[in-house]
Amino acid sequence: MSATAQTLSAPPARAGVAPRRIATATTEPVWVKWLLIAVALGFLTLFLFVPLAIVFAEAFKKGAQVYLAAITEADALSAIKLTLIAAGIAVPMNLVFGVAAAWCIAKFEFRGKNLLLTLIDLPFSVSPVISGLIYVLVFGLQGWFGEWLRDHDLKIIFAVPGIVLATVFVTFPFVARELIPLMQAQGTEQEEAARVLGANGWQIFRRVTLPNIKWALLYGVILCNARAMGEFGAVSVVSGHIRGQTNTMPLHIEILYNEYQFAAAFAVASLLAGLALVTLVLKFIVERRVKSQLAVQGDRSE
Amino acid sequence: MLLSRTLLKRHSVLPGFDLALGFTLLYLGFVVLIPLSAAFLKTFTMTWPAFWDAVATPRVLASYRLTFGASFGAALLNAFFGLIVCWVLVRYDFPGKRLIDALVDLPFALPTAVAGIALTALYAKNGWIGQFLPFKVSFTPLGVFVALTFIGLPFVVRTLQPVLEDLHKEIEEAAATLGASRWQTFAKVIFPILTPALLTGFALAFARALGEYGSVIFIAGNMPMVSEITPLLIITKLEQYDYQGATAIAVVMLVSAFVLLLAINALQAWTRARQGR
Repeated sequence: MSATAQTLSAPPARAGVAPRRIATATTEPVWVKWLLIAVALGFLTLFLFVPLAIVFAEAFKKGAQVYLAAITEADALSAIKLTLIAAGIAVPMNLVFGVAAAWCIAKFEFRGKNLLLTLIDLPFSVSPVISGLIYVLVFGLQGWFGEWLRDHDLKIIFAVPGIVLATVFVTFPFVARELIPLMQAQGTEQEEAARVLGANGWQIFRRVTLPNIKWALLYGVILCNARAMGEFGAVSVVSGHIRGQTNTMPLHIEILYNEYQFAAAFAVASLLAGLALVTLVLKFIVERRVKSQLAVQGDRSE
Repeated sequence: MLLSRTLLKRHSVLPGFDLALGFTLLYLGFVVLIPLSAAFLKTFTMTWPAFWDAVATPRVLASYRLTFGASFGAALLNAFFGLIVCWVLVRYDFPGKRLIDALVDLPFALPTAVAGIALTALYAKNGWIGQFLPFKVSFTPLGVFVALTFIGLPFVVRTLQPVLEDLHKEIEEAAATLGASRWQTFAKVIFPILTPALLTGFALAFARALGEYGSVIFIAGNMPMVSEITPLLIITKLEQYDYQGATAIAVVMLVSAFVLLLAINALQAWTRARQGR
């Protein structure tokens, strides 16, 4: 099929009339093809590749020494640490949630399932700023638990717990979203067979389900982690911007940028851009694994 | 036990339903639903005129115009170029195609603050791109549009891609056999099949742009009445300890987002129906 398509789209060597007519019937003329490729690449270059390139160019503009100084300075290090802490708590929490949600949604038929699916996706349609605001309304000084928290000397807003909560909210659906369609496609036969053979719940999950979903699980975790480390708006609202204490990496970038320390801001930004590139590479690898896993299972069930 | 008895439609031999659903509902409630309801409950304590005063001052109205207008324009631009990018990635072979395909997701992976400072530097007066432009982009409403185009870029490509890949070559051959030119085949056969997915991608990009904050605030200049987006206005109100005003605007944005979510769900159902699934 692809071979015929290629011969058809190739310009006929000895300009015969018939082949040329076939060539333009189901493929575009060659000049249209290259024009479209040029337009697509031009658009992507302008809006994707150049913005990515400038991050690294600006980061190293003043030399490697300024770069190293910017990312090893005390405030930068504490921002990196806080980012790792927030992601380190938020990602595992949403991982456990994602597996639990996918298990009941994909393996059982129950009333209200569609409503539950919509509610799980809800955080994606909430503006990051509002995601932070709602936690201020609950835990802030004027909020529902504000006075109680103050009386017990607990701080959530303008402190690390608030940052973790906001991060959990914005990354809430990632793992569940990757797992649910895959597990629905896989059905329940294998798990039911394991059950009939006497496996208990944990054994079924560990030996049957987990091997089937491990790549999608990893994929969800990667996406969840990228968003957790890069979140800006929600964290900005609940952080209070205390340098060295409640600044995550994206917030630290903002402070440096507003202080006109552009090279330093782009140096810290380049770390996050590097993380984004690693995320894309892992995503590329894992996506192929998920596809081949689905193909294998498709063959098996036929 | 209670959950499985009241909710399950069909008995299942698999264990763990009560535990999994119980945990799911509890977590969903505490992390998402209760905090979100706080926003709505807070506005219920306001009187109707006070609410109206908070959400319809000239400055707030100007921010809606900018946010919705720039989001709409950016989503439209992404729909047009997204269709071309998707077509090129699915139908043609050229060097570096798989790398480019993978990089399309960059706006999903790149933190918004990083995108914001990168775009600002690019489009500044002496920036790589800005120096060639006869008009200002950074620190104008046009900058908002550029940032929103960046963050919405993958949506149209990624929603169209599976539909275009599944498109059967036979119908194009049939159209050609019946005498349609290539352009007629595209306009009258292929495009109608792609329309629901294209609209879905457009709506997703639009919805994402409405709430966007991080990438916009660096490039916008944030001048009240001119280049101030609604999410920024919410933050400004918060910083002035005007919690009611901030929440009232937030509720307006939340309601628009939920309406869009419903529209997107309907569009996705239409896409599936069009594909005959």
